[in-house]
Amino acid sequence: MARLTISDVSITFPLYHAESRSLKKTVFAAASGRLGQDSRHRLVVEALRGVSFSLKSGDRLGLIGPNGAGKTTLLRAMAGIYEPTGGRIAIEGALTALLDPGQGMNPDLTGNENIRLRGLFGGASAAEIRRLQEDVAEFSGLGQFLDLPVRTYSSGMVVRLGFALATAVRPQILLMDEWLLAGDANFLGRARERLETVVRGAEILVLSSHNAEIMMQWCNRLVWLEGGMVKADGPPDEVLEAYLPPDQFAQVSAITPIEV
Amino acid sequence: MPSATRELTGAALPGLPEIVITAETGVGAALGQAMSDLTESWRLRRLVWTLALFDIRLRYRGSLLGPFWLTLSTAVMIGAIGLLYARLFHQNISAYLPFLTISLMLWTFISTIATEGATCLTQADHMIRSMRMPHSLHAARVVARNLLVLAHNLVVILVVFALYRVAPGPAAWSVAPAFLLWLADGFMLSLMLGVVGARFRDIPPIVTSVMQIAFYVTPIMWNPSMLAGGEMGILRLNPFDALIEIMRGPLLGQGLNGHAWAMALFYSALLAAGSFYVFARTRRRIPYWV
Repeated sequence: MARLTISDVSITFPLYHAESRSLKKTVFAAASGRLGQDSRHRLVVEALRGVSFSLKSGDRLGLIGPNGAGKTTLLRAMAGIYEPTGGRIAIEGALTALLDPGQGMNPDLTGNENIRLRGLFGGASAAEIRRLQEDVAEFSGLGQFLDLPVRTYSSGMVVRLGFALATAVRPQILLMDEWLLAGDANFLGRARERLETVVRGAEILVLSSHNAEIMMQWCNRLVWLEGGMVKADGPPDEVLEAYLPPDQFAQVSAITPIEV
Repeated sequence: MPSATRELTGAALPGLPEIVITAETGVGAALGQAMSDLTESWRLRRLVWTLALFDIRLRYRGSLLGPFWLTLSTAVMIGAIGLLYARLFHQNISAYLPFLTISLMLWTFISTIATEGATCLTQADHMIRSMRMPHSLHAARVVARNLLVLAHNLVVILVVFALYRVAPGPAAWSVAPAFLLWLADGFMLSLMLGVVGARFRDIPPIVTSVMQIAFYVTPIMWNPSMLAGGEMGILRLNPFDALIEIMRGPLLGQGLNGHAWAMALFYSALLAAGSFYVFARTRRRIPYWV
């Protein structure tokens, strides 16, 4: 039973200017007695303000909102990368976060070497890593390219590798950013099939996207973020009705959700 | 059978236990979390080792000798410096060269850890921002990488020792605990400088110049016995001197140096406490800084 609970989470980013984060500035400010004032007036961005919701097995949550609403920050917080400056996050279950196509890969290493590192991170044995490499090679269709540095790949190939790698494991909680939907049509078809398999296996899905169509298809609950706060939380059609202009909502409301 | 419907290799990665992340800022909680960060890095030691191995391999990918360039360049450097400085300092080459070889290799090890450690977190920004992993892993990677470099240079030490028939003394066993202390110090140094270097971007160049000065005031190229009256005076307080001495003395056939050991342990305790405190205080802010 997977569970993901976000209670009253706030995140503030300190804004360090290129100069203000240098030691020189701090020392000089301290010497001239301005440090106190500096830290009180330090510029911060409140990326998330008092966000709360809880997810249980079977929930497929979509995060919508304009650029800068805090969607990616919230995904990173749920993945345990950004530790909140206020509130509490509880993660129960194996979690995979697909935040960007690069997935922390080292571009100078070959595809296979990056796969090996990812396997080791998950505590896989040598045999399991070989299986992982075979699985990724088969699904991504990258073949001989896996022996070349990732730096030499086209951006579409990086997406394929990142996607194949991330979905080769079966997480209980899956967090996805919308980059997954880049890629050529042929690959997209296969990706969708595989994603459906993973989503069926995953007990909780959290998907961040601007695309209302995708939200209708994949999600059974939507959270609308704006200015770092939850503006609405409910079934997709209700939230989208408030979020979208009426004519656009009429278009997407005809879309039927994917059966999972 | 299409690949999408076949059984995924899901069992490969084991599930994680429940993780609770709170904004609690108490000292006790911070120390506990820093401790579990360290144990988590230890659990991932195979990953650390592979990352270090790939780092070395990348550096020499496509080159003829590969990592043995390290061995070759060290040998050439020690040969050139050794022959010149033995004359400059009026030293007996058969005593000077083994001294120089050990000192220089240990110095390269620790000073590279310091300079690379200062950027160990900022250079791993991609990994840090894409998944949750222990931050101390990046400091351990620097130590593992330089351990591999040191291993390649070991050949040079063996050749010099065989050439000048240097026999380690009865206290040679103490090199083992001394080296463990070196590894611990290297890790703590890298961790502390990594955190400070992530917050203040002018720390890495400062570290480089401090290490350069330390190189000249530490007995590496010169031997304390060359000083008038053999008196080190205030230079005896140099932590690098004590650390190098507990390794070098026994290898060159001298006995256990109690004074050097006491100082080395004292400075190491200071470093460990300082480094752990800094890390515990700042750990949760690291992803925001890099």
